[in-house]
Amino acid sequence: MGTMLEIQGLTKAFGPFTAVDNVSFAVQSGEVLGFLGPNGAGKSTTMKMVTGFLPPTSGTAVVCGADVTRDPIAVKRHIGYLPEGAPLYEDMTPAALLSFVAEIRGIGGAARRTAIDRSVSRLQLDEVYNQQIGTLSKGFKRRVGLAQAILHDPDVLILDEPTDGLDPNQKFQVRQLIGEMSHDKAIVISTHLLEEVDAVCTRAVVIARGRMVADGTPAELERRSLYYNAVSVRLPRDRVDALKSALDGIGDIDRIEVAETRGEPAHVIVVARDGATIVETVNARMKDRGIAVEQLYVERGRLDDVFRQITADSRAGLDAGLLTDRTGEAA
Amino acid sequence: MSAVFAITKRELVAYFSTPLAYVFIVIFLALAGATTFYFGGFFQRGQADLQAFFSFHPWLYLFLIPAVGMRLWAEERKSGTIELLMTLPLSTTEAVLGKFVAAWIFAGIALALTFPIWISVNYLGSPDNGVIFAGYVASFLMAGAFLAIGSFVSALTRNQVIAFVITAAACFLFMMSGLEPVQSAFRGWASAFVVDVVASLSFLTHFDAITRGVFDIRDFIYLSSVIGVFLFANVVVVDLKKGS
Repeated sequence: MGTMLEIQGLTKAFGPFTAVDNVSFAVQSGEVLGFLGPNGAGKSTTMKMVTGFLPPTSGTAVVCGADVTRDPIAVKRHIGYLPEGAPLYEDMTPAALLSFVAEIRGIGGAARRTAIDRSVSRLQLDEVYNQQIGTLSKGFKRRVGLAQAILHDPDVLILDEPTDGLDPNQKFQVRQLIGEMSHDKAIVISTHLLEEVDAVCTRAVVIARGRMVADGTPAELERRSLYYNAVSVRLPRDRVDALKSALDGIGDIDRIEVAETRGEPAHVIVVARDGATIVETVNARMKDRGIAVEQLYVERGRLDDVFRQITADSRAGLDAGLLTDRTGEAA
Repeated sequence: MSAVFAITKRELVAYFSTPLAYVFIVIFLALAGATTFYFGGFFQRGQADLQAFFSFHPWLYLFLIPAVGMRLWAEERKSGTIELLMTLPLSTTEAVLGKFVAAWIFAGIALALTFPIWISVNYLGSPDNGVIFAGYVASFLMAGAFLAIGSFVSALTRNQVIAFVITAAACFLFMMSGLEPVQSAFRGWASAFVVDVVASLSFLTHFDAITRGVFDIRDFIYLSSVIGVFLFANVVVVDLKKGS
């Protein structure tokens, strides 16, 4: 199927403040792209430009061959969009809202019935189908928003914080739904929950202060973590010093951290230098010294750690040019 | 075009989904009746026409029409649904038209419900029904002109109360420009041409001409072009403001 969505140098400036700065990436069919960034990083603004709601200052997005700056209506036909906070007409029922959206999307007659039925059963909206949206719980509102987005079985789905404010069960359901739909669509979800990236995304793009700072699979991102390939050891507290001396002098070890917990067992993290594989060496040394271990495992790397690292870096860079940053805050 | 129809339908349902719509219609009918009989001297005039009825419409519309138009865009922006609406495959023009037509139909329903007075005047005498029909058309067009201004102003703000006040003020200026106090204020220093231009912008001048039975196509064109100009401005403002 190939590339469904291609963002080319997308930039949005509000006065002197650049909310989105030259963002480019492409999403293939079958991909679920996690669009990450701290609050105010420009995630929503980027999505609003891709969906044709806001005109870009420069750059463009091409969706299924249609350019959003030249033919926004064609782009909107291919996209299913859940705006941030899932705004809905609260005076309508889900039945009326879905029918309204279907009518504008030109789905008529029997096709409308089928499309609405499929959306409603996918999001389990039967029990609230004829209730006023304003009276529904947050979880149901979000699901009505999603039902509206997938109504026309779009090629590209853009979901701005689809699980925000949902309880763990609802989050699980929505993620499952995204997973089910991903095989023939290109999906972009924005989030600041990193667990979500692990759960549903095949790829992650991180932006901070409007700029792209990382693009890769979740595994690749984890590899950037300081804790990638670190060895976690749980052992009796009185053996910690023995462990430290046993590991003395191994070149691939960067440092040894003792987690600040009380009681038994103690939790020691042996951090590898540049992500080197150290588990075998560590294990062998401990056997030599006869240090009994309750638990030992290799860390995969921590996404939230990587996230903080790369988004904080870009912030430090900006702080150097204080003036431009200040005007940005004011705007 | 189907998008315009879908939006019109949705907006009309939205109007009637709150008791406000019925309250509005009742107030309009009560005031239309009261002004005709008490202030207009419908019976005392002893004439079989609806001059007394129509001549108060601009003043009723001045307060009632801004109330119909104020929610059109301000509410969408405040609740964020404008993002839902404007990322559906439709043009801004279609959205503006759909909303305007719904509000206009609503005003038309209120106006149509004054039909008992038309029956009364036909029962009591033999009026010129052509003039009455022209009066209804003019009244409907004027409601449309007020609504176009209201829809435009509504797109400028997220606050419905502000939209109401500004619309009422703008409509008031449009009406007053033909009256003597405003005219004399201009006559002191401006050329006759300017005075005429200001006078010709007045709703009252054009509206009164039609209801008096002076059928001049220019009066209809004037009201229609006010609608056209403000709807065009409305489209521009929605495009500019939707993201903020």
